[in-house]
Amino acid sequence: MNKNWSAFNIVSVVFGFTFLYLPIVLLIVYSFNASKLVTVWGGFSTHWYSEMLSNQGLMDAAWVTARVGLLSATVATVLGTLAALTLVRHTRFRGRTLFTGMVYAPLVMPEVITGLSLLLLFVSIGFERGFWTVSLAHITFSMCFVAVVVQSRLVSYDMSLEEAAQDLGCTPFEAFYKITLPVILPAVIAGWMLAFTLSLDDLVIASFTSGPGATTLPMKIFSQVRLGVTPEINAVCTVLIGFVATGVIIASLINKRRMVNNARTDADI
Amino acid sequence: MTVRGFSFSAPFFKPDVPFMKSLGSTRRSFTPWLDADAKPYISFQNVTKKFGDFVAVDNLTLNIYEREFYSLLGPSGCGKTTLLRMLAGFEEPSSGEIFLDGVSLKGVPPHKRPVNMMFQSYALFPHMSVRDNIAFGLKQAGIAKAQITERVDAILKLVKLEEFAKRKPDQLSGGQRQRVALARSVVLRPKLLLLDEPLGALDKKLREETQFELMDLQQDLGLTFMIVTHDQEEAMTMSDRIAVMDKGTVIQTGTPAEIYEAPNSRYVADFIGTVNTFEGKVVEKTDKMTTLLGNDGFTIEAVTTDRSALTKDKMAWFSIRPEKIKVSRKKPEKQTNAVEGEIWDIGYLGDMTLFNVKLDSGTIMRASVLNAKRTVDDPIGYEDRVWLSFDPDAGIVLER
Amino acid sequence: MGSFFKRITIGLPYFWLCILFLLPFLIVLRVAFSEPVLAMPPFAPQFDLSEGWQGFVQSVSQFTTYNFQFVFEDSLYTNAYLSSLRIALISTLLTLAIGFPLAYGMARSPMTIRPILLMLVILPFWTSFLIRVYAWIGILKPEGLMNQFLMSVGIISTPLRIYNTEIAVYIGIVYSYLPFMVLPIYATLEKMDYSFVEAARDLGCSSIGAFWKITARLALPGVLAGCFLVFIPAIGEFVIPELLGGSQTLMIGKTLWSEFFNNRDWPVASTVAIILLAILVVPIVLFQNAQARATEANR
Repeated sequence: MNKNWSAFNIVSVVFGFTFLYLPIVLLIVYSFNASKLVTVWGGFSTHWYSEMLSNQGLMDAAWVTARVGLLSATVATVLGTLAALTLVRHTRFRGRTLFTGMVYAPLVMPEVITGLSLLLLFVSIGFERGFWTVSLAHITFSMCFVAVVVQSRLVSYDMSLEEAAQDLGCTPFEAFYKITLPVILPAVIAGWMLAFTLSLDDLVIASFTSGPGATTLPMKIFSQVRLGVTPEINAVCTVLIGFVATGVIIASLINKRRMVNNARTDADI
Repeated sequence: MTVRGFSFSAPFFKPDVPFMKSLGSTRRSFTPWLDADAKPYISFQNVTKKFGDFVAVDNLTLNIYEREFYSLLGPSGCGKTTLLRMLAGFEEPSSGEIFLDGVSLKGVPPHKRPVNMMFQSYALFPHMSVRDNIAFGLKQAGIAKAQITERVDAILKLVKLEEFAKRKPDQLSGGQRQRVALARSVVLRPKLLLLDEPLGALDKKLREETQFELMDLQQDLGLTFMIVTHDQEEAMTMSDRIAVMDKGTVIQTGTPAEIYEAPNSRYVADFIGTVNTFEGKVVEKTDKMTTLLGNDGFTIEAVTTDRSALTKDKMAWFSIRPEKIKVSRKKPEKQTNAVEGEIWDIGYLGDMTLFNVKLDSGTIMRASVLNAKRTVDDPIGYEDRVWLSFDPDAGIVLER
Repeated sequence: MGSFFKRITIGLPYFWLCILFLLPFLIVLRVAFSEPVLAMPPFAPQFDLSEGWQGFVQSVSQFTTYNFQFVFEDSLYTNAYLSSLRIALISTLLTLAIGFPLAYGMARSPMTIRPILLMLVILPFWTSFLIRVYAWIGILKPEGLMNQFLMSVGIISTPLRIYNTEIAVYIGIVYSYLPFMVLPIYATLEKMDYSFVEAARDLGCSSIGAFWKITARLALPGVLAGCFLVFIPAIGEFVIPELLGGSQTLMIGKTLWSEFFNNRDWPVASTVAIILLAILVVPIVLFQNAQARATEANR
């Protein structure tokens, strides 16, 4: 045990994590509440999960969210990776300052403004609001997050790897595709996951840019929450948390196994 | 004595060398640069490279011959790596042209150049095994699978890495990684192999062993090597010729012995090895001898080696290596090339002993004495008065 | 790099951001200088491109700064800006008060459990913001879990009114942004050499003195980064005040939302947005300077 790990330290850590996790734990616990009142425990039940599954509105919203998430995360990952490459490698081209600004600005831009501005764009060009406008909006802000994630990996990436590949007969694109991409893949996947969860979570931008028939899950949850807290919403939230947590844990397990595998080959020889 | 067809210690002659003597043992009698008819293999012609306002390489002209082991030696930032990267195709010259085997390399992208490079960081692909790393270039060239296996096996054997073929780079030691990088760059049998600080990441002992391995490999495969290093010992050991660079220009090119024994400037003399430098005024100059009156109060008689405008009454440098200085308790018989001082510091290195001697003028002069015998009758100690002396051809007069 | 691949690398994201980030922003700017009308879209002038340059010039001449005057003169908006800044500032300090001990405790924790603790701080990042805020409603409501608990153990006899007050907003912001505060502070503390503190003690500092003069001083870049990372997004926050703050909590994100969705006054909403951005520029520039200095110092 570390001699500097004092009682005070332990108390702050325990307190901090209790604060971080207690609300989520309570939310999950009360999703299994038999009572209709969220705050009164009436015994264990999965009633609200079946209720949730038979709620067509919720299911439709979930389906929209899944499609928007998959599409926007994928496109955002491509664009964000390209943007990261540009930020790290192409230090001299016309309009670089503008480009850098445009990549970083959405990170600090309040969501209400991003949503408003995109809505105004879609209205001005007469683009009908719905699935596509939400997807475009999500691609735009999540690609910047992907860019930052991939960029931080690229900064420590040894450029001579790609030069070596070119030296051994690769065109610049081949060198990127065969060497750089596999090496930075964990960061690219992390970027995709981030983009997907951003899309999954987004309420504000979707509210601005969505139209009839393209209500996303957060929008649906939000409108129901305004009417009051229900165990059904707790159930939806629990499923979402479970889904995301599973994804994150699987990803970190894969990462860990890869490292273990490397270590094992090491031991074999 | 001959090794693989090359005779060692072969004397060669050059007008600059006094009394037509040889300058120490050299690696082999391989001197295409003295042959006026020999065609250079690589030729830099008035090459300049600028990064913004910074001139990395300044109007440089260089010729390198086939099968030569050529070193670019200089401090970091002298432009040597830029020179290498221009050959590999990662940088284009701002002006001037580079020729490889008579063909201009202008506009040829890196993947189309018959040149391979071994990177300072080794740049081993971390997601590929040793075998895949080495096979990468062959696959890229579209060579048949069976042949790839054969060639990779052969090179793995050559660099003694057969057992490690399946490992990933991060499971190798520094020396093994270095050999993989080397194997990967020579398996394509490039016309020219560029090595950027190839031994820089190895520890001293491994570096010394690897130097000889590199030399053997180069001779076995009959390749032309161009190597960038800031380590003068490394350059001296391995090279046929060395180009000493500073601030984007080549100060001197020559064999290791020429660079060491006949530096053309104080910069080169200081950069390679240890040197004592004295300032003095030319009091007499003939074709054979130059006499200086040193600022430290003794007269220096040195063999005339330069054909420059150094004339009487001009100030000049005199440079002499520590191992060429004799240390004695008694005054030598000759009046010149001898000066008295007090032992200031002694460094015992085992094979030799270093003496820092404080002259009466206050200047510290370094002499090294080989410990050829195990025992000494009358060892020189601290604060002893000693005489330092040297022969007329032991040092060299340099222009200021 | 090959020129085609390079062109795609730069061009594609550049083009995308110009169309979907820069252009929308310019449109917001334009709408902010327009007048509201009862039409769709509900603002004037519209650019009439059929009349070419003449039409454009004509439209521009109809621009008005009326909305800005309106926003500046109406105390509703100025109060909303001021209270946003106040709430963001107070929440930031509260987050620091909880986040610093947590980060410090983590950095001093045994090597073996550090990765797990770090993972536990990062995990909430991945869970939905909306859900995390929602989770507090059930706790803070008058008949909620916290009041139930406190009343059952007898600390209070009547329910505390926290839900739908500013206090709930503070709790929500601290809770949602805590990882943003903890991570940069942890990063600076974790790489700090503990022998600095030991050296200070050796040279005669008390343990509290050593903490202030060494640990707190060296953690300063992380603390600053954490504070900005909480403060900047908190100003424009919408979900937290909307769900936890009730009608009496005034924040500019909420005002913009209701201006747009309830009053359908797009020009005023755009004006509110432009002024909000102008306010945000100050902390963002300060943050960037602090970051630049930190990287400089690390070199």
